[in-house]
Amino acid sequence: MAIELKMPALSPTMEEGTLSRWLVKEGDQVSSGTVLAEIETDKATMEFESIDEGTVGQILVPEGTENVKVGTIIAVLAAEGEDASAAAAAPAAEAAPAAAPAASSAPERPRPVAKASDPEVPAGTNMIKMTVRDALRDAMAEEMRRDERVFVIGEEVAEYQGAYKVTQGLLAEFGPKRVIDTPITEYGFAGIGTGAAMGGLRPIVEFMTFNFAMQAIDHIINSAAKTNYMSGGQMRCPIVFRGPNGAASRVGAQHSQNYGPWFANVPGLIVIAPYDSSDAKGLLKAAIRSEDPVVFLENELVYGRNFEVAQLDDHVLPIGKARIMREGSDVTIVSYSIGVGLALEAAETLAGEGIDAEVIDLRTLRPLDKDTVLASLAKTNRLIIAEEGWPVCSIASEIIAICMEEGFDLLDAPVLRVCNEDVPLPYAANLEALALIDAPRIVAAAKNVCYRD
Amino acid sequence: MKSASVESAAASAPSDKNSASEDSAGENFELRSLQDRFSESSRFDADSDYLLHLYEQMLLIRRFEEKAGQLYGLGLIGGFCHLYIGQEAVAVGLQSALQEGKDSVITGYRDHGHMLAYGIDPKIIMAELTGRQAGISHGKGGSMHMFSTEHAFYGGHGIVGAQVSLGGGLAFGHKYRGDGGICLAYFGDGAANQGQVYETFNMASLWNLPIVFVVENNEYAMGTAVKRSSAETEFYRRGTAFRIPGMKVNGMDVLEVRQAAEVAFAHVREGNGPVLMELNTYRYRGHSMSDPAKYRTREEVQNMRENSDPIEGAKAELIKMGIDEEKLKDIDKRIRAQVAEAADFAESSPLPDASELYTDVLVESY
Repeated sequence: MAIELKMPALSPTMEEGTLSRWLVKEGDQVSSGTVLAEIETDKATMEFESIDEGTVGQILVPEGTENVKVGTIIAVLAAEGEDASAAAAAPAAEAAPAAAPAASSAPERPRPVAKASDPEVPAGTNMIKMTVRDALRDAMAEEMRRDERVFVIGEEVAEYQGAYKVTQGLLAEFGPKRVIDTPITEYGFAGIGTGAAMGGLRPIVEFMTFNFAMQAIDHIINSAAKTNYMSGGQMRCPIVFRGPNGAASRVGAQHSQNYGPWFANVPGLIVIAPYDSSDAKGLLKAAIRSEDPVVFLENELVYGRNFEVAQLDDHVLPIGKARIMREGSDVTIVSYSIGVGLALEAAETLAGEGIDAEVIDLRTLRPLDKDTVLASLAKTNRLIIAEEGWPVCSIASEIIAICMEEGFDLLDAPVLRVCNEDVPLPYAANLEALALIDAPRIVAAAKNVCYRD
Repeated sequence: MKSASVESAAASAPSDKNSASEDSAGENFELRSLQDRFSESSRFDADSDYLLHLYEQMLLIRRFEEKAGQLYGLGLIGGFCHLYIGQEAVAVGLQSALQEGKDSVITGYRDHGHMLAYGIDPKIIMAELTGRQAGISHGKGGSMHMFSTEHAFYGGHGIVGAQVSLGGGLAFGHKYRGDGGICLAYFGDGAANQGQVYETFNMASLWNLPIVFVVENNEYAMGTAVKRSSAETEFYRRGTAFRIPGMKVNGMDVLEVRQAAEVAFAHVREGNGPVLMELNTYRYRGHSMSDPAKYRTREEVQNMRENSDPIEGAKAELIKMGIDEEKLKDIDKRIRAQVAEAADFAESSPLPDASELYTDVLVESY
């Protein structure tokens, strides 16, 4: 059968081109790889190769022809044993290029499932005071006892006992096979962790701080977050990337940044940023058990704080569920991580001035618990966000968008954000204090939306 | 940077010695120990049946890629499409020496050949190229993002060099589980200049990971020739700083590749840590479909095709071994039909349902 040679698309955007030159003539023998013609595309002049063996029959589009549409039959090839002249009679009809399929009508976006609430703590459960640091360590130790596949990898996690002592004691219990010190090589060990997760293990990758995870962000986003989707659900990546995030104290701009908004931007990731010990423990355990990649953002300034934790055999909390830290009826303060402490402090001050504030800890930044935020807004009709991070394209911006899109009729005042100043964090003590959020600024914003001063 | 020339001089020094010592921990560390063993016997002893089997695999890749190029030209395949034509002996020679179900493979975006060499159905690969529901990634990955966990083929990665550290993680997993598997991590001469490759070399050697690093040196990183991009163009030497032995292999001869694989894989399986193999090969087509290839001459390409083609080489050898030329023609016909069937399937299967837009973003519901 004669083989029709069609004007090829030679770039992702080419729709037509110029047939600059024929390098074969009618009657020539060609084989796979023979360059047949030169074609000028919108980008460059390209060679058009034969993939078949045969004899050039009729050339239908002469060289020098411009604006030849992709898909037009430009020549006919007689296959082996065929009469070349017989192959000349092919119709020179202009074939339409394969049309890009029209986007089918937009599918229904799946509704999020009803959020599980925190499990009830049975009456009489012993409550113990525990630092966030120890809560995180216990979470890892418990999950490592439970599942052989779980291991911790990172800089100074083993023999040094953790740069911030979060992994203290793990090496002694689990040994060097499961608690692994790495060289200072974030991109590399984030990739090794991600590959190990793809291969079926359950890595916990500790970054000494998330500032250093910038070196590794390619693996977190391009490798870990996207593979399940790109593989049509074949290749999972159950991994936890954890470490301190946000400003510490007087460490300057390169060591002080909140990456919550960066990671929360990415579909395919779970982003958790707990505040107290109970959430740190319960959510880290959930993160380690999750089949999805999780970015778990801790805060150095909170590590040493003591909070109550229920003494349970298995304290696991639901991912994706915000927590009402303080109920109130006049104004909602949404926050997460270290901001929650400041919001609670502000709420106390506001109470003294007759304003009853509700404080919501988002806990999970992706997927964001819109329902809890909007339910609170329905109650208070006024909302502000307190975020220890920059204001532009922040979690605060996202909350404002949600309130606009889905809570517009509930609003009695514009939603305000209380964020860090929009500058790299300065070193000088006075400037640093000026740049970071604090309780008085949260109080001022709350009063503002309540139209009180 | 002055240090570049100093380093390359240092790297070449051990190759001047000729000790076959394998004391990789001591003074006598020899990056050439495997190369020496390989050069004692550099071609795999295959009978005609086995060579025919390898030949068929290579031919399937060649015909598949030619068809993919054609479908691209017809607008049925979109975006980027990187063909493996010319490099077939590398994937076929190496992967034929792996133990399926035990070992793992990972590569970059030029991945069709590695999947075919692993026996993955050409229909579902082609259907992925055309972005159909029946594709191996349900049309959501495309040419560069294909995976088969069933075959322990872990992609298919679009970020140059990322597969090397991910491969380090797969090897880490083999060691952690003690399953006896090794990881084969392919990358190109271009990726060989990425920093994470060396971060991974360091950790893989430090932790004795069971991994074979394979540089498929096809001489051009997109349009940049090796000598314009690389201070050390002998890639097999690049593991020296990490005490990783290197091997330089003719990637245009499938039996040579296979023999090198025997030597390298045995070394890694015995628990000696990583090996770095450089496979010298050549791609006939452009870097991707939209590459005008003005950085090399037509004569250069033609010369490789005529004198070094891995498939023609194997064919000539088979004929010399007494395989009937008619039989080879029949094989070609059969493979062409198989590829045509894959193309028909890829063209006629339905597009993904619109609801697939939202599936597989996450595994669990939160």
